[in-house]
Amino acid sequence: MSDLVNVTIDGVQISVPKGTPIIEAAKQAGVLVPHYCYHPSLPSPAVCRMCLVEVEKAPKLVPACVTTVADGNVIHVNNDKSKRARESVLEFLLINHPLDCPICDQAGECELQDYTFQEGRAGTRYSDYAKRYNPVEDFGPDVLYVANRCILCTRCVRFMDNVAGDAVLNVSERGDRAFIGIDPDHLLDHPWAGNVVDLCPVGSLISKDFLHKARAWDLDKTASVCTGCSQGCNTMIDTRDDVVVRLRPRPNLDVNRHFICDEGRADYRWMNRGDRIEAPLVRDGAKLTPTDWDHAVERLGALAKTARRVVILASGRASTESLGFVRRMVDGATVTAAIKVPLGPEAPLAGVPNLALRKERVPNLAGAGLLGYGAEWPAAVAAVKGADLVVVLDAVLDDADVAALAGAAAVVVIGTVDDDRLAGATLILPSTNVAEENGTFVNRDHRVQRYFQAKPAPGLARPAWWIAAEATHAARGLAAPATAAEAFAALGAMVPALAGLSYADLGHTGRVVSPTTAGAAR
Amino acid sequence: MGYPHPPHPRETVVLSQYFGDAEARTFDGWVKRGGYQALKKALAMTPDAIIEELKASGLRGRGGAGFPTGLKWSFMPKNDGKPHYLVCNADESEPGTFKDREIMRWTPHQLIEGCAIGAYAIGAERCYIYIRGEFTEPWKVMTAAVEEAYAKGALGGNVFGTGKRIDIVLHRGAGAYICGEETAMMNSIEGKRGNPRIKPPFPAQAGLFGMPTTINNVETLSTSSHILNRGAAWYKALCLSNPKSTGTKLFSVCGHVMRPGNYELTMGFPMKDLIHDLAGGMRPGRRLKAVIPGGSSVPIMTAEEAEGALCDYEGIVEKGSMLGSAGFIVMDDSTDIVYELRRLAKFYAHEPCAPCPTCREGTAWTTKIIQRSQRDQGKKEDLDLLLDLSDQMTGRTICVLSDSCAAPIVSGIKKFPEEFEAYLSRAKAPALAAV
Repeated sequence: MSDLVNVTIDGVQISVPKGTPIIEAAKQAGVLVPHYCYHPSLPSPAVCRMCLVEVEKAPKLVPACVTTVADGNVIHVNNDKSKRARESVLEFLLINHPLDCPICDQAGECELQDYTFQEGRAGTRYSDYAKRYNPVEDFGPDVLYVANRCILCTRCVRFMDNVAGDAVLNVSERGDRAFIGIDPDHLLDHPWAGNVVDLCPVGSLISKDFLHKARAWDLDKTASVCTGCSQGCNTMIDTRDDVVVRLRPRPNLDVNRHFICDEGRADYRWMNRGDRIEAPLVRDGAKLTPTDWDHAVERLGALAKTARRVVILASGRASTESLGFVRRMVDGATVTAAIKVPLGPEAPLAGVPNLALRKERVPNLAGAGLLGYGAEWPAAVAAVKGADLVVVLDAVLDDADVAALAGAAAVVVIGTVDDDRLAGATLILPSTNVAEENGTFVNRDHRVQRYFQAKPAPGLARPAWWIAAEATHAARGLAAPATAAEAFAALGAMVPALAGLSYADLGHTGRVVSPTTAGAAR
Repeated sequence: MGYPHPPHPRETVVLSQYFGDAEARTFDGWVKRGGYQALKKALAMTPDAIIEELKASGLRGRGGAGFPTGLKWSFMPKNDGKPHYLVCNADESEPGTFKDREIMRWTPHQLIEGCAIGAYAIGAERCYIYIRGEFTEPWKVMTAAVEEAYAKGALGGNVFGTGKRIDIVLHRGAGAYICGEETAMMNSIEGKRGNPRIKPPFPAQAGLFGMPTTINNVETLSTSSHILNRGAAWYKALCLSNPKSTGTKLFSVCGHVMRPGNYELTMGFPMKDLIHDLAGGMRPGRRLKAVIPGGSSVPIMTAEEAEGALCDYEGIVEKGSMLGSAGFIVMDDSTDIVYELRRLAKFYAHEPCAPCPTCREGTAWTTKIIQRSQRDQGKKEDLDLLLDLSDQMTGRTICVLSDSCAAPIVSGIKKFPEEFEAYLSRAKAPALAAV
């Protein structure tokens, strides 16, 4: 206990570890110290002067971001003196700010707007003068710099210098002429550069991809996990009218801190595809007929029950639940199961240990591994010849893969996107994608992480785990889970590593399991 | 003074003894005048003994803050196994101050010797002298002198055969006032943008390149050789008033005096005599109106305050201002105080490093308000606004640049309110001169 110090912040007494900055201690006391330059994933220069607070007996106001608490400190974040200081900083910041909120993408999620409404002056005393003007600059593939809105907090500069390790930004010029400059021979095209848009507390660095797409208050936000690679960065899916319009990083200090790579950030358009399978299709002689789920799962159950040699060709984006229940559906047969793993160049983020865009561009490689799915795709495709049943679980097949399917007695497609090449299948069953279901992925460090449903499923599409579980119920009478939570809980019977874990245990930041030890190892 | 005029009989000439004497610029010429004796003496002493001597002399920092030099040196950690650095602040860019320039220009070896003594005393093998970018002649003189000092064995790996290493690296600034702030200077030497660093950590803990560092002014370091040569007791005895202010100090006097220049005076010398006697007084028919004594960053003094003040750290504080770097900007009754403050504010608006909004926007806004009042567009509430802004700009930022802008403005408004009111009430014709 000697490592703890006792402090009082706005009348709330708390004990925090020695060395905690006041701003973090205040969070624990339930007090937000307004700030701009401070960011928990960046070094702090204490330049924005917004977090100045009064510490009793200190000669002047201190910056809460770099001042560590001392035992017995009595700190006032919301007294007149501290508020007056913030009011004056806000007034200074607004002198050269264009106040173009009505056309600014950041409006509604802007810290300058929020704090000004919260405690800024109602009117300006800076009248009769023109504001500083600088043109909009194109910084790189996805980033525009609107200099006029910039408050020079330097978060972007520090991210590129200290975290990305690619120092292409700086503060150029001096005094009130200053702006964020970019190396004239370079673009802001680092694979993680897009994070400067999220880091920017105002609408100065904006995403071209998101430009004018939506107002912040029109967005619904859903916690999710990036499907771009095996890193498993936590994300937030922003939807407007059930259309995914943006992916942003969601903080998880153990996985991705506050960042995601640009490839992951851009990897959402497929979630909105319109060419979807919307009803179960069953083959009656020469033609596929739309039907209801009762009939479809009955047909699937019958096929699965009688098949002796089965091949599962699955997508690495399939949830752990779906992989598990599809695999269970064919228990008793000789099964070859594999997921397709596209590969790409690895792109690490230098300043954060164990964070990179990984070579393996699927989110659930480790989950598939736990459930007995291999990554030997060509071998699995070769095994199709002579198989009684092939289950294609939303895998993206190339033409050679499709041609190989002809060697199987029956093909069942459980998938999202309509594919003419698979029209010869026995059953085509519509499933949900990552934005339309609850589920889990297991990342490369065996962290099991939840993602949540962000928009409704199209037509009759259902999660693949539901389809497989219902089929198994119909054919063999095994109980089928009704919810994703029940499905996950039931995985413990299939994979010892997941035994005893529930969605509640995973929370919003996931839980690391040991692939070799039964139960929740950590 | 020494240059361009011979010293006034009332000056106490120590640092400025050889100003104007071209031969003193050379190594041999400097040795002939007693140079490098102090360094040899220092190298035979322990660093602690040197620091004690400095403490006993009462020498205080001549750059502006007036912190006791011996005490500052004693903050450097001992035997910590890390490289230590001495940084000599020769970025003399405070408006009205031009004393360090003359030291470097005429007596470069005086500074080199002082730097070597300082470096040895704080356990540093390397000293950076950060010379203001606009100082062309001092830069040339210092470059030649450092080369010569190396050639003669006063610097390098074996200083005067003692086996001790002292290197001096000259670093040229690029014209930013803020780089005269010690932590901004360290960033600048490291090749970074010259933004001040937040303290703590203080330079003695983690300074240049993250290592223990001491930063001293040119005049401070130059004085150290004289103290070692002549003894702390001699130096301490040079005092006309408050015993906390000892020794001699170069006072740069500029503005409306007949004989502007550097005057080396014993601490405690009456300001009235400095202005009216040594500096030749006002132009014919003019009266003293105001003085800004510490370079431009300190409160302005009225004629009455200035004439009653004694020139030392305490004497000027007593009259409501600060000694600062002792660059006296003297103004006679022809001066438009509003115009002068606007000119100063404009300087401070040009120079902020930028990230602190208080300073970046506050200095520019201050300038615009004063400008407006002079252009016949002022508003009654502008004075209160200026005072309020200045209040917000004091003690709120990483360094003291915004405080430096606020100090002369606040004092100007309080001490010369009628000048502002004349503009605001339209009693005085608008001044349209562009600054």
